Amino acid sequence: MPKRIITSIQAIGHRVIDSIWRLGRAARFFALVLLKSTTSFLRFSLVIREIYFVGVLSLIIILVSGLFVGMVLGLQGYETLQKYGSESAVGTLVALSLVRELGPVMAALLFASRAGSAITAEIGLMKATEQLSAMAMMAVDPVARVVAPRFWAGVISMPLLAALFSVLGVFGGYLVAVVFIGVDEGSFWSSMQNAVDFRYDIVNGVIKSCFFGVTVTAIAVFEGFDAPPTAEGVSGATTRTVVTSALAILGLDFVLTSFMFRGVD
Amino acid sequence: MSAPLIEIKDLAFSYNTRPILRSVNMTMPRGKVIAIMGGSGSGKTTLLRLIGGEIKPTAGYVKVADQVVHKLSRNDLFKLRRKMGMLFQFGALFTDLSVFDNVAFQIREHTNLPESMIRDLVLMKLHAVGLRGAYHLMPAELSGGMARRVALARSIALDPMLIMYDEPFTGLDPISLSVIGSLIRRLTDALGMTSIVVTHDVQESLKIVDYVYFLADGVIAAHGTPQEVKDSVTPFVHQFVHGEEDGPVPFHYPADAYQEDLKLENHFA
Repeated sequence: MPKRIITSIQAIGHRVIDSIWRLGRAARFFALVLLKSTTSFLRFSLVIREIYFVGVLSLIIILVSGLFVGMVLGLQGYETLQKYGSESAVGTLVALSLVRELGPVMAALLFASRAGSAITAEIGLMKATEQLSAMAMMAVDPVARVVAPRFWAGVISMPLLAALFSVLGVFGGYLVAVVFIGVDEGSFWSSMQNAVDFRYDIVNGVIKSCFFGVTVTAIAVFEGFDAPPTAEGVSGATTRTVVTSALAILGLDFVLTSFMFRGVD
Repeated sequence: MSAPLIEIKDLAFSYNTRPILRSVNMTMPRGKVIAIMGGSGSGKTTLLRLIGGEIKPTAGYVKVADQVVHKLSRNDLFKLRRKMGMLFQFGALFTDLSVFDNVAFQIREHTNLPESMIRDLVLMKLHAVGLRGAYHLMPAELSGGMARRVALARSIALDPMLIMYDEPFTGLDPISLSVIGSLIRRLTDALGMTSIVVTHDVQESLKIVDYVYFLADGVIAAHGTPQEVKDSVTPFVHQFVHGEEDGPVPFHYPADAYQEDLKLENHFA
């Protein structure tokens, strides 16, 4: 029995040490990506191509989700606010929820599932099929040529996708509250205009989505590059990208929110 | 006589504590096709990776064109690699690029040639491997043999001085196998390159190579010209060349006694 306990403790110890090593590798890799980003900016066409894959191809899921989230917010907001006779404030509720929280967070979660997993799978498969080794043997650095353009494409796409998510969300809220339910259009828009502050709400939302873009894309490229070169390894890495990104987004959201919105004007 | 292109001296390499290569010595002259043969896990691919500078030796050195590979800075190593080509086991073509763009990849990355000249160069390289007509296809549309020929065209894109082939014959039908074999020989002669072929395929490679090294247990077990190899009475070489099931390389992986493993008791004793 004591031997079994010792083995279990050793196994836990190994896992902890492995995790710390992995974290260290990830930090070094992230620094390397930043160092090798010059190529991405000198040959911006490489980044544009990746923006198409990670950004443009994510548009459908982002726009449709934004629309439905906004519609649900409009419906639920009206349901609650009309009990207090404040249904005209539904525009404020929809806009603030989307711009401050749901826009950046939901868009980042969807981005991690749609584009993050694709980046990991692509880089992992390139490694498994020796494409990265072939590139290195041709004297072309895979981090500069493959990883950095994907990283910057993700960083640039994320705030734009989050903004589009919020825009479609507001439109969804308008559809439900004004067009379907009949809330006064003037008070819907004016309450929104009065309540939403550009610096305090919109800029903070954009800052959040920039942080999420860096986090999700950094996780995705690292998991792909670090994946064991087997089918099982790549599938495991893809799963880890989605799970780790989701946890990182939610954790980071709390930290950023606590710095940005403390209830003090 | 000119200096050899590759000189390997007392080369050793270990993964963690497991030795893969132990004191390997070789010289490879320019303009020749040299085969490195040996069973699976004998260290052949590791040797290629050491020559290409992907990994560093634990002892000894590899010299390519008078430069000790593992002592080169990253920039110098990349400069040296521009003069090397490598054909990976399954081609390792970039799956998001067409055949044309795969062959053009290295030219675009390392030169400032105009697109019209790149087009001519790529079509010439594809013509050399018989696939000029397939320039517009994607890698997923190619057979195994075609993919390897495209990879070969890609590896000669910048007219390297050295090409390394990692198991170029694996998984090919007899026609593709013979085509790849003759292409290796013809391109080596036509472009004045040196070729190193890591392979299991004894019969095909003995037809095209100038010299053979046999690796076993991380050391050179034998070496010689193809004729010397065919006539060899060394037990390991004889077993390998004739594909015999048992010999110095045993059929069974080391294990406990069979009876003990099956927990059989001798009731008839």
